[in-house]
Amino acid sequence: MLRNILLALVGAVVAMTGISSTTVQVAADEQFIPMLVYRTGPYAPSGIPVANGFRDYYTMINNRDGGINGVKVTFEECETEYNTKLGVECYEKLKNKGSTGASLVNPFSTGITYQLIPKASVDEVPILSMGYGRTAAADGRVFKWVFNFPTTYWSQASAFIRYVAQQEGGESKLKGKKIAHVYHNSAYGKEANPTLKALASKYGYELILLAVDHPGQEQKATWLQIRRAKPDWVFMSGWGVMNQVAVKEAASIKYPMDHFVGNWWSGSDADVVPAAAGAKGYKSATFHSPRSDYPVHKDIMKHVYGGDQSKAKSNSFGEVLYNRAVVNAMFAVEAIRTAQGKFGKRALKGSEVRWGLENLNLTEARLKEIGMEGFTKPVKVSCKDHETGGPIIIQQWDGSKWNIVSDWISPIREVVRPMVEKAAAAYAAENKITPRSC
Amino acid sequence: MEIINFLNLVFLAPFVEMVSYPIFFSEVIISGLLTGVMYSLVALGFVLIFKASGVFNFAQGAMVLFAALTLVGLMEHGFPIWAALISTIIVLIALAFVVERFMLRYLINQEDIILFMATIGLTFLIQGFGETIWGSNVKPLDLGIPSESFEVGGLLLNEFDLFAAGSGAILVAVLAVFFHYTRIGRALRAVADDHQAAMAVGIPLKNIWIIVWSVAGFVGLVAGIMWGAKSGVQFSLSLIALKALPVLILGGFTSVPGAIVGGLIIGVGEKIAEIYWGPLVGGAIENWFAYVLALAFLLFRPQGLFGERIIERV
Repeated sequence: MLRNILLALVGAVVAMTGISSTTVQVAADEQFIPMLVYRTGPYAPSGIPVANGFRDYYTMINNRDGGINGVKVTFEECETEYNTKLGVECYEKLKNKGSTGASLVNPFSTGITYQLIPKASVDEVPILSMGYGRTAAADGRVFKWVFNFPTTYWSQASAFIRYVAQQEGGESKLKGKKIAHVYHNSAYGKEANPTLKALASKYGYELILLAVDHPGQEQKATWLQIRRAKPDWVFMSGWGVMNQVAVKEAASIKYPMDHFVGNWWSGSDADVVPAAAGAKGYKSATFHSPRSDYPVHKDIMKHVYGGDQSKAKSNSFGEVLYNRAVVNAMFAVEAIRTAQGKFGKRALKGSEVRWGLENLNLTEARLKEIGMEGFTKPVKVSCKDHETGGPIIIQQWDGSKWNIVSDWISPIREVVRPMVEKAAAAYAAENKITPRSC
Repeated sequence: MEIINFLNLVFLAPFVEMVSYPIFFSEVIISGLLTGVMYSLVALGFVLIFKASGVFNFAQGAMVLFAALTLVGLMEHGFPIWAALISTIIVLIALAFVVERFMLRYLINQEDIILFMATIGLTFLIQGFGETIWGSNVKPLDLGIPSESFEVGGLLLNEFDLFAAGSGAILVAVLAVFFHYTRIGRALRAVADDHQAAMAVGIPLKNIWIIVWSVAGFVGLVAGIMWGAKSGVQFSLSLIALKALPVLILGGFTSVPGAIVGGLIIGVGEKIAEIYWGPLVGGAIENWFAYVLALAFLLFRPQGLFGERIIERV
């Protein structure tokens, strides 16, 4: 206890400084990856498992394999508190670290991603905003330095509508239905709106948009509107405390939880804690399994925790957001490995890692080799398509754990891709970017 | 034509809707009132300390978080509820002692802004300390308070909201009696008026400050329990303080009843604004609308609804 108190005093002092980071010495043959994390602040419950997942996967790669083809992965955390300004400061602080500078950056915040996009091409540090950030970045011809595979908010929204259609008995049954989108009133939360509006025109459902201000601690007005409108389905783009309160409020107004579907940032273990039994039946989208019994988990348990399950558990091992970070870290490692195939087994520069990201081809066979068969879907990135296929699956909370309850659902590409290309073209025109020919 | 349509949407349609669906409108009002009580619980902590020491305690939100974190943390370590509650109160008294011993004691008779800045520093200290000791994960808080929803005449009510409102009412009654009818209460008011004058007549300023910070801590604990049961105990509880500010502006910084009435007005006002006028501007207006409402009051009563009128000789 005394140790905790002393640590607490140190922590408090560190918290007062605003930005903190753990410093790592980087040798010449080591691949440096900056880690923008949020272990403190209102979004810490979501940020902690993510940060732990990244850290554990990189550590496992080092301990099990001696690094990526012998090149050790080094990383340094910088605390952003999910604050865009702090996130940019962290990026600036870390981008030149390591013998070759930052290999790539995972901002883990749509707001930070938006700010880093113009910097990426100047600094030659590729951005991997996995399933978040600017959806238009899926068009690699315009966004050479930004990657958002395996799927985007727009693809997710369209796949959600396709899921609703499946549940209702076909696309024709969508006509006349009411679908509400409860969203975080931020760049992130608003991302799905254009797609949902376009699909409302196509399929004839009524779309109700309900914004919730940061942080989302109080949502009674929102859920009173849900109670009045009685939507057939509710889709949520929430984050942090907004998710927990929303699930609790939905249960409180007795909304049918199996018709309440969160996006993939609204379906973590923390999100269902306060509502307890009331959350039973709540669903969310995801693009990986919520289970923790894959070979990759066994390797992390063995090589990072030495089999100490309680220690692993206290580090969020196997939680939904932890698993997501493991997938994200795996993409980064495999992209570096791909780039090493072209540039040699050494520490690579950001521009070289960018090539690796753009030529990443994760097949089922490769996923099996790295202990992730069935954990997530294969990915094949190209110059033109930085998003790839974009399918999602739906998971459901049964009161004690998340279970997959759907097949993989493809997005409605014929609607989403033209929207992506149009938005990318507008961005290119606005920023005087000449699109690459792919 | 567009202007007429706009005027209709702003000045007519919302009222027509209220009259056309009276049950739903009643539900909005009740929901606002119940939410308002929750805001009042947080605002009370500010009022207590301001009333007794003239300090605007920016750290009140952090104290709400710290109190709830300590309670739930002790329960996670196997403490029964009653023991965790008592232990948490002891911890809060210790915190009050530390604040007086290491911060306030050195700031007697300093400018208000100095004291205010000190509480900003205290906010970061308490937040960092609490999170390092108890962690940053979401912690469920279940004290066995019922939380089922039920309908009465078409109105949907929730047992937990009613329990919270009842708790708030009892707390206010107790505090009102404490301030008006006890020796300590009178001493607290004397200290608020003038530190040096209070000391000159024999009021032990340091003890008074410890008492008032302890009581504010206790009020923070009640607020933390109510809000924590809704969202889980997590860092965002400390941001609840932002919801209390318009309540304080409206109700007055020195009035316990003002905190309650202010909370109720803000609670109802923001719900009505969000539901009937929010859709016109894309929604999510309740946070800033509360401040607009409070500022509108400021124009007419700078001291708030129940605040003491400040007359200074120049």
